[in-house]
Amino acid sequence: MIPLSHYLIVSAILFAIGTAGVFLRKNLITILLSVEIMLNAVNLTFVAFGRSQGTVDGQIITFFVMTVAAAEAAVGLAIVIGLFRHRESLNPDAFTTLKW
Amino acid sequence: MPDTILFYLLAGVAIIASALVIGQRNPMYSIMLLIASFGALSGLYITLDAPFVAMAQIIVYAGAIMVLFLFVVMLLNAPQEDAAEWDRAHPMRRPGFARFGALLAGLLIAQLAWALMRASSLVETPVAGRGDAAALSSVRALGGVLFTDYMFAFEATSVLILVAMVGAVVLARREDDR
Repeated sequence: MIPLSHYLIVSAILFAIGTAGVFLRKNLITILLSVEIMLNAVNLTFVAFGRSQGTVDGQIITFFVMTVAAAEAAVGLAIVIGLFRHRESLNPDAFTTLKW
Repeated sequence: MPDTILFYLLAGVAIIASALVIGQRNPMYSIMLLIASFGALSGLYITLDAPFVAMAQIIVYAGAIMVLFLFVVMLLNAPQEDAAEWDRAHPMRRPGFARFGALLAGLLIAQLAWALMRASSLVETPVAGRGDAAALSSVRALGGVLFTDYMFAFEATSVLILVAMVGAVVLARREDDR
């Protein structure tokens, strides 16, 4: 039998990879992908804890996280398209002013 | 024993694919590797007796969200990260800041390890110890809880999706259309 802690360690490693991606990458699309990795790591924690407690609540919260992830991806990618139209660049350092 | 091998296989694929997502410079390859990582994660959900979450993971994440990312990458046609001169001369790129960041990262890892040590007695129990696997994996039970106990959150989610849809349309519109 696999203990709960193994699932939590996998989830922690995935979350750390996502955090590292947000800080290290210089591409807005890769940064959004790293946020998706972090959301998935949290989903794994929810489902693992729900299974160990013997309830379905962990799975229910996972659906809400997926919905928020879909909304975040749609709005985030729309913002990326708008920024790219202005500057022809995906580097986050190219966008240092709120209005130009 | 087979379920232990399956767990380590799926966890290894998920972690290695996610690490390669961060390592790629071309966002197209990153998206393909992330789809592989999500496939391995949905396998992990099946080992946790959550087949409906696993299918939703494949359909919603790999099917919808990643296709949206792929569509935007192809639309923008910007495969490489640009590392311009002014980027390397950025004020936050000095070694002092990097050392401070590395110190904070080390502190975070130490804190997480300490917290996991403290909680080790709690989490060393087998994950499938409590509850009936058939009841937990039934979509009927899931829907019953979702549409009774979590009714308000479910309705609020529909408003969230509506707001996100309107926001995406407004943000992606060209300025000369106004």
